[in-house]
Amino acid sequence: MATPARGKVAVNIDECKGCGLCVESCPPRCLELAPELSAYGVHPAHYTGESCTGCGICFYCCPEPGAITVYRLVPALKVVARQGDSHAATL
Amino acid sequence: MSQDSKAMVKEAEAPAGYETVHAKSPVFYDIYERKAELKNQTHYCPGCGHGVAHKLIAEAIEDLGLQNRTIFVSPVGCSVFAYYYFDVGNVQAAHGRAPACATAIKRTCPEKIVISYQGDGDLAAIGTAEIVHAANRGEKIAVFFVNNAIYGMTGGQMAPTTLVGQKSTTSPWGRRPVNEGYPLHMAELLSTLEAPAYVERVALCDNKNIMKARRAIRRALENQRDGVGFSFVEILSPCPTIWGKEPVDARRWVLEKLVPAFPLNVFRDRKLDTSPSTMPPQRTVTDVLEISAKDESAQRVAVQHPHHFREYTIKVAGFGGQGVLLLGQLLTEMGMREGLEVSWLPSYGPEMRSGSAHCHVCLSKERIGSPLISHPDVLIAMNEISLRKFASQVVPGGVILYNRERLPADFALPQARVICIPASEIADKLGSTKVTNIVLMGALLEETECLLPDTAMSVLETKIKKLDLLEIDRQALAAGRNFIDSHVRVGAVSQPDGFAY
Repeated sequence: MATPARGKVAVNIDECKGCGLCVESCPPRCLELAPELSAYGVHPAHYTGESCTGCGICFYCCPEPGAITVYRLVPALKVVARQGDSHAATL
Repeated sequence: MSQDSKAMVKEAEAPAGYETVHAKSPVFYDIYERKAELKNQTHYCPGCGHGVAHKLIAEAIEDLGLQNRTIFVSPVGCSVFAYYYFDVGNVQAAHGRAPACATAIKRTCPEKIVISYQGDGDLAAIGTAEIVHAANRGEKIAVFFVNNAIYGMTGGQMAPTTLVGQKSTTSPWGRRPVNEGYPLHMAELLSTLEAPAYVERVALCDNKNIMKARRAIRRALENQRDGVGFSFVEILSPCPTIWGKEPVDARRWVLEKLVPAFPLNVFRDRKLDTSPSTMPPQRTVTDVLEISAKDESAQRVAVQHPHHFREYTIKVAGFGGQGVLLLGQLLTEMGMREGLEVSWLPSYGPEMRSGSAHCHVCLSKERIGSPLISHPDVLIAMNEISLRKFASQVVPGGVILYNRERLPADFALPQARVICIPASEIADKLGSTKVTNIVLMGALLEETECLLPDTAMSVLETKIKKLDLLEIDRQALAAGRNFIDSHVRVGAVSQPDGFAY
C-alpha cells in the first residue's frame, strides 16, 4: 500500500451550499462536487480521497463556518513522542 | 461546554493517524437558532464573501483568546444576523450607526474588544458621518468594512462604491460619473485623517489574498487588544447573487474589476502616543449630580414624604429668560431626590432670551412612559401668552398658577382652578426679577404639596453658588408659600378677577 495522503478533508453536507469555491481553490485539486444532490438540493463538495496535503486553503476559502474540516497526518516523530508521554503518564 | 472539551471532541473525531488542523471555530454557535431548517447553515448565499470574513474574524478571536471579551456590533444589511452566528457579546445597530454604538461600548467598557462590522451601503452611504468621526476621534475599535460595490440585501441598488459603468437596479445603464459621481474610496479617505492607527484594504479574491485578509483582520484585533487605536480593514468581497455570477466567477470578478478600482494597500500603520493620563477622570453620576452620601437630608426626605399622587404632571411656560426651563429642572431634581421617577422635556426656540419657552415635568412613582404631557395637572403660566395658549390643556380640577395680579378681562375661565400671584412684583421687591420662578415654585409647593420645600432648598443650595443670591431665593420661596397661605387658604377659592375673597 502506498503511503497515506498527508491530509484529509471532511465536508459536512448539512452545511455545504455547493458554491464550488473549495474545488476551485484546492492546490492539489483533490475536491470535487458530488454528482448526487444533498437534502438542500445542491451538489455538495466531496473529497476525492487522494493527494490532500492538509494545507487548509479550502477551509479559508469556504464561506460556511463548519462545512469543511481539515486533518493532517500526525508525523511519525510526534506519534512516538505522544506514546512516550502516555507512557510517562502511566508511570 | 468549555473550549477544551470541544477541542477534545473534535480531536476524537479525527481519523486514525490524523489530527485536526482546521475546524469550525468555537467562536461560532454550534447551531444557529434563526430558523429551524437553517440551523446548520448561515443565511448567506453560496459563495458570499461575508462567510469568509466571518470565518477569519472568528479564527482571530479564538486564536487571540478574546472570545469572552468581544462585543460584536452588527450592521443593517446582509450581515444584520451576525449575532446568530458569533458566540460573543452582540449588539445590532441602526443603519450606519455601528461605529457610534461601538464608540459608546468601547468608552464605557474599555477592556472589551469592540468590533464594528459593516457593509458598503451601511458604512459608506447612510453611515458616512459616523465612520468618519469615529475614525477622526481615533476610537480604539476595529472596523471591518465589507465592500462588494452594491446593495445586496435590498436587491442590487447602486452603492457609493459601485464602479463606474457598473449596472445596478438604480443605475440600469451603468454608473455615470456625470450623474452619480465616482466610487467612494473609504480606506483612502480615512487614511487622510490624523487619528487612525491602521488602515488596510484586502480582497477575498484568491487564496493568496484571502490569507492576506486573514493577517489584516488579526492585526486589527491585536491592535485593539494592545490599545493601539482605530483600526479599519476594508474587505473587497464577492456578491455572486446580485452580480449575477457563479461563485467562482464572482470571486474572479473581484480580482479583475474591483481590485483595479480599489487598490490593495496598507494605507496607515502606526502607533500614536495616547497615554492614558490624558483621559479625563471618570466620575460617577453621584459625583456629577453632587449628591454625596453624607447628604442624608435628601435620603431622609425620600422616606418620609408621602406623595399623594401616582403621577403628577406640571407644565411651565413663559418667555425665554424667565427661568422657565430652570424651574422645570429644579422640580425634576427635587423629584429625583425624593425618590420619584422624573422626566423633563423642554421646548424652546433657538433664541437664548425672549421667544416663548415651555417645559414638561413629570413626577411619578412608576416608570414614565412618555415625557410629553398633553394634559398637565398644573400649569405655571409666567406670561399672558402662555396662559392663553395652554390653560385649556389643564385637566379639570387642576391648578393654574398665573404670574399676574389678575386674569385678562376677556379670558374664558377653564375648568381648572386659577391662582393669580404677582410673582414678578414680589421678586422685584426682594431685589431680583430673576427669582420670579422661585416665587412661583414656592406657591406651587404650598398649594399642591407635590414636593417638599426642604428638598427645594437643598436643591437650590447645590445649584446656586452665590450666597447672596441663595438668600434671595430662600426669601422668594418663602414669599411664594406665604402668598398662598394668606391669600388662598384664608379666603377659600380665588375668583376670576384674580382676587381671593
